[in-house]
Amino acid sequence: MIHARGLAQTFETKQGRTTTQVRAVDGVDLDIEEGEVVGFLGPNGAGKTTTLRMLTTLLRPTEGTATVAGYDVVTQSADVRRSIGYVSQTGGISSYARAGEEVMDHGMLYGRTKAQVEKRGKELFEELQLDGLWDRQSKTMSGGQKRRLDIAMGLIHDPTLVFLDEPTTGLDPQARANLWTHISDLRERRGATVFLTTHYLDEADSLSDRIIIIDKGQIVASDTSDNLKSAVSGDLVDLEVAGAEHVAEAAKRLGSLGDGSSEVEVNGNRVSGRVRRAGRAVPGLLRDLDANGIALDAIEVHRPTLDDVFLTLTGRSLRDAEASTETPTPEGAPQ
Amino acid sequence: MSTFLRECFIVFRRQLRMNLRNPAWVFIGAFQPVLYVVLFGPLLKPLIGQLGATNAYTFFIPGMLVQLGIFGAFFAGFGLIGEWREGVIEAERVTPANRSALLVGRLMRDELQLLVQALILVALGYAMGMDAPFDGILLGIALTLLIGGACAASSLAFALTVKSEDVMAPVINMVMMPVLLLSGILLPMTIGPGWLEKASDFMPIRWVVDAVRNAFGGNWDGSTLFWGSAWSVGLFALAIWWGTATFRRENA
Repeated sequence: MIHARGLAQTFETKQGRTTTQVRAVDGVDLDIEEGEVVGFLGPNGAGKTTTLRMLTTLLRPTEGTATVAGYDVVTQSADVRRSIGYVSQTGGISSYARAGEEVMDHGMLYGRTKAQVEKRGKELFEELQLDGLWDRQSKTMSGGQKRRLDIAMGLIHDPTLVFLDEPTTGLDPQARANLWTHISDLRERRGATVFLTTHYLDEADSLSDRIIIIDKGQIVASDTSDNLKSAVSGDLVDLEVAGAEHVAEAAKRLGSLGDGSSEVEVNGNRVSGRVRRAGRAVPGLLRDLDANGIALDAIEVHRPTLDDVFLTLTGRSLRDAEASTETPTPEGAPQ
Repeated sequence: MSTFLRECFIVFRRQLRMNLRNPAWVFIGAFQPVLYVVLFGPLLKPLIGQLGATNAYTFFIPGMLVQLGIFGAFFAGFGLIGEWREGVIEAERVTPANRSALLVGRLMRDELQLLVQALILVALGYAMGMDAPFDGILLGIALTLLIGGACAASSLAFALTVKSEDVMAPVINMVMMPVLLLSGILLPMTIGPGWLEKASDFMPIRWVVDAVRNAFGGNWDGSTLFWGSAWSVGLFALAIWWGTATFRRENA
């Protein structure tokens, strides 16, 4: 469905007299098969949206090639546009226009007749729980409703490939969860291939078959969520030791678990370290501690999160990456 | 071609629908020239002999018409920035529709709005005692639509390039003042000193104003009409080219 080789985008930003070249996307290879749901994850400014804009023919790549739905994004851009649905970060519905009319006009720009888009539009409104909002202005809608309306607009011409750019940013948890079910439906009900960008780990985790992580314009990983997580060396075991005199001993015993290579962190009464297959190792550890008279106030075992994956791959946590990335504003890229 | 026209029409209809939901703007746009005619026109009446004309309104309405065409159209871009911010432009650009149609459809709305305003102005002129031949009015309005279209297309192109009202507003102000003062919209440049008239020769709009004025006065001969029409068509073509290039640009 999507095949990209060496895709790159260089922006020029001017500050006073000095022109700096910013390589927002730096040689991206992508292969996405039909029917896949792929989460494109990365901190703000990593190049997610820029990559998406190149794949959706909104931005001409400075280097590299890409075919989307079988068409070249540069030489066959109209065919690409005909085959894809794109829901941008900002949506694309004027706040003063009536919802139904906006969706119909959009569909008609794909060459559909008025009757076709009216019928399809009303079906989509029903599927996306927008019944009764056909004649409403989008400025009177809730964030979740507005986002579902954006998606209805992106689906009006029944695309087989759907791009969603940050679909749930700014929504409350309930609206997010609701939107997730609709996004899952895209594949379940219509067999669409979905390519979504997000900087939420849980979103990528729960929606996608495969996660592609981008950092500083380069792909740093591409695998299933489970495989990515098992690449992190083990689960995090976090012990709270009762009695300060036992902390060092507990740390030693935790460190000797598994292959003994993991580092143990001690912080006051808390001892934590990574252990492969913690489910198997922990009972033994508990018996061991108990037999040596070391009591615990608490024990927690955390499966690795995508944040841990990101940390392992880039040496920074996603949150730090967000904070440290000073995103230059490339001309024409909506923020 | 028919696909292109259909796409232009879809964009045009959407724009028109949004405007009609707020028709006040059409009238607010025409309000300024109407005020000029009502409050400034009477001041010209006693002076009109010195300006080399006989009927104050036949002289004055053409200037107002061109002013309406230029200044009203300059503001077309502001709405576009709002649309861009809401993602409307991007959503349209991701459809297979011809990107020039996105410009032309909007331009059709601006031209229709200008036509309605021009008709209001001409009707008002007649009510105030203007004496102009029908064919002259037709040509005058046609030239107004051409120069207005040129300004609207430039405004849309400029808006999509800078994407900021804060840049648009001062630039429009900067352009408007010399245009207003050097094109003889309010008073003919011929009554000024030689150097000022010479300077106004370099202001294309001045030729358009003179041409519309001649057309309204039923004066069909001379090079003024030719130069006014040539400038209108030329600027219109140039602005369409700029606008089309901007809308087609890959990363606009």
